[in-house]
Amino acid sequence: MSGASLATRADAVADAGVRLWLRHPLARPLLALAALLLVDFALVPGFFQLTIKDGHLYGSLVDIVNRAAPLMLAAIGMTLVIATRGIDISVGAVVALSGTVAAMLIGGTMVMQNGVPSYVSRIPMAWALLAAFGAAVLCGAWNGFLVAGLKLQPIVATLILMVAGRGLAQLLTDGQIVTVYYAPFFFIGSGYLLGVPFSLFIVAGVFIATALLLHKTALGLFIQAVGVNPVAARLAGVRTAALTFFVYVFCSACAGVAGLMVASNIKSADANNAGLLLELDAILAVTLGGTLLAGGRFSLAGSVVGALIIQTLTYTIYALGVPPEVNMVVKAVVVFLVCLSQSAQFRQLFVRRTA
Amino acid sequence: MSAVARLRASTNSPYFTSLVTVVLLLIMLGAGGAAYPGFLSEQVIFNLLIDNAFLLVLAIGMGFVILSGGIDLSVGAVLALSTMLCAWLLQVAHWPAPAVIAVVLLLGAGFGGAMGALIHYFKLQAFIVTLAGMFLARGLCYLISVESITIDNPLFVAMSRTQLMLPGGFISPGALVALALLVVAILVARYTGFGRAVYAVGGNEQSALMMGLPVGRTRIGVYALSGFCAALAGVLFSFYMLSGYGLHAQGAELDAIAAVVIGGTLLAGGYGYIAGALSGVLVLGAIQTLIAFDGTLSSWWTRIVIGILLFVFCVVQRLLGATKK
Repeated sequence: MSGASLATRADAVADAGVRLWLRHPLARPLLALAALLLVDFALVPGFFQLTIKDGHLYGSLVDIVNRAAPLMLAAIGMTLVIATRGIDISVGAVVALSGTVAAMLIGGTMVMQNGVPSYVSRIPMAWALLAAFGAAVLCGAWNGFLVAGLKLQPIVATLILMVAGRGLAQLLTDGQIVTVYYAPFFFIGSGYLLGVPFSLFIVAGVFIATALLLHKTALGLFIQAVGVNPVAARLAGVRTAALTFFVYVFCSACAGVAGLMVASNIKSADANNAGLLLELDAILAVTLGGTLLAGGRFSLAGSVVGALIIQTLTYTIYALGVPPEVNMVVKAVVVFLVCLSQSAQFRQLFVRRTA
Repeated sequence: MSAVARLRASTNSPYFTSLVTVVLLLIMLGAGGAAYPGFLSEQVIFNLLIDNAFLLVLAIGMGFVILSGGIDLSVGAVLALSTMLCAWLLQVAHWPAPAVIAVVLLLGAGFGGAMGALIHYFKLQAFIVTLAGMFLARGLCYLISVESITIDNPLFVAMSRTQLMLPGGFISPGALVALALLVVAILVARYTGFGRAVYAVGGNEQSALMMGLPVGRTRIGVYALSGFCAALAGVLFSFYMLSGYGLHAQGAELDAIAAVVIGGTLLAGGYGYIAGALSGVLVLGAIQTLIAFDGTLSSWWTRIVIGILLFVFCVVQRLLGATKK
């Protein structure tokens, strides 16, 4: 969320008018999510049912939020990139790469202890996670160098890693799917803390840290300035290049953590399919959340809501027994509608017709 | 005609990168010939064309889009949708083959034109519109059928089996169609008003508009052309694979973009040659053939090498662009 949106929130409280409330950047994504949940409530029996089994919370809602976790992380990172008028289409490849590094370093060999077989990791798990995270940050630094240093167009710069990244991951694993047998690693993606999926704590942590970074420091303002007008921002003394570099590193770092989550959840690293098309879903989530693709206006919370909308949509389609392939058509229609609703030309057309 | 002359004078740098690609291709073929016996036979070169005919057609359409300053991420999905439509219309609806091909080509052009209209009239970003187009086309494939549909139409089978004899080997009818399209595309880009308008819009849209060029018609035309090329590539792909499937040609849009960039076209638009599509596609094909001939290198090296080439060409373009200014 930006400073401007906080201002509109204050206005809304002051006027207490519904129309102003509707103008809040988060209003539309939240309404869309609510409408989807309403459909689920009407059509899917027991949708809102939450049960506690073995001290864990179970239910459709928990399932949706848990499955949306990697997407939410990727969307948080993507938000900052898009806010600076950029785009990062290498997110899926980074997810595959970081998952692969972690899975290969942890592995898991069986050791007999007092006659009981147990699995130990190849190197201490903390180091493996750090290495995977480091690999993701390196990817981000590469993207940032190409965009901020060499001034390549973001879509082209990140295309390079998108093409080569999965190749690199396959090179590491020799084209095999690496299976992990080390139980503590599974906690990241499918463990529970205080009865709630652990992955949610990671998402919440990243979200709060990012929100604090953006609101308590001038970073959010700078990012917005670069998005609104990069040249003006540079002339005003914003270190545009350093900021752009940071944004790409941040996006890849988020993707790296998402990759750990995915690898941990499926207990293996699949260089070919892990995070496939995740970059597209992340871009979609960011757009749904009300961030302008043209840069400038962005909403971190909106992106998280956008990710939840996508996952709820997927869940609904599965639950209704519609072939899952229809999902892509629905997503496409949603993207078209959201883009059109952001287009000033389209709105003008609408106004002229109603007037 | 002055526009062409002006273009020729100011396109020294893309001409240079195009030349680099041709030299690179010759070096790769030479190295292959030196390292592996039998690599430099005519048939290996012809096979490059046969196996990559569909990619060449995609790259021609993508070349126009990129020259106009846009991008089309939907071409791979439109290709898959075209194979699916061909298969369904032939096998399930039992339409005659020529009608099927005509309908598929028209639908492809219409699909592209509709995306172009959205991009132009509502000032939407090309990549997000074509991204949605990609989702839509892939999704429509699965709406037709989740399974692969085999084609046994006599015309399609004949197209798949025919070998057109040439000195030293043969090529497929599909490769011939792709080459013919390339010749037409080069002529259109160089000698027609549409071609000049594409360069002008890609160079500077504002100036093109002020010069009185039909910017809207050009932009919509470019995306319609790209959609047509993707549909034609789909028809050629069905000749080649004799099946329609929603998973066909995944990531083909990236290969097409890579081929155009490696062929020396500036991604910012306005500079480059349609003929670069051929050299770009042949370089990509030669990488694959070299890796296949080597035998010890795994297939994922293809992706890595394409990534490295993309990087090198982008940087070269960047540096040349910087020195020119």
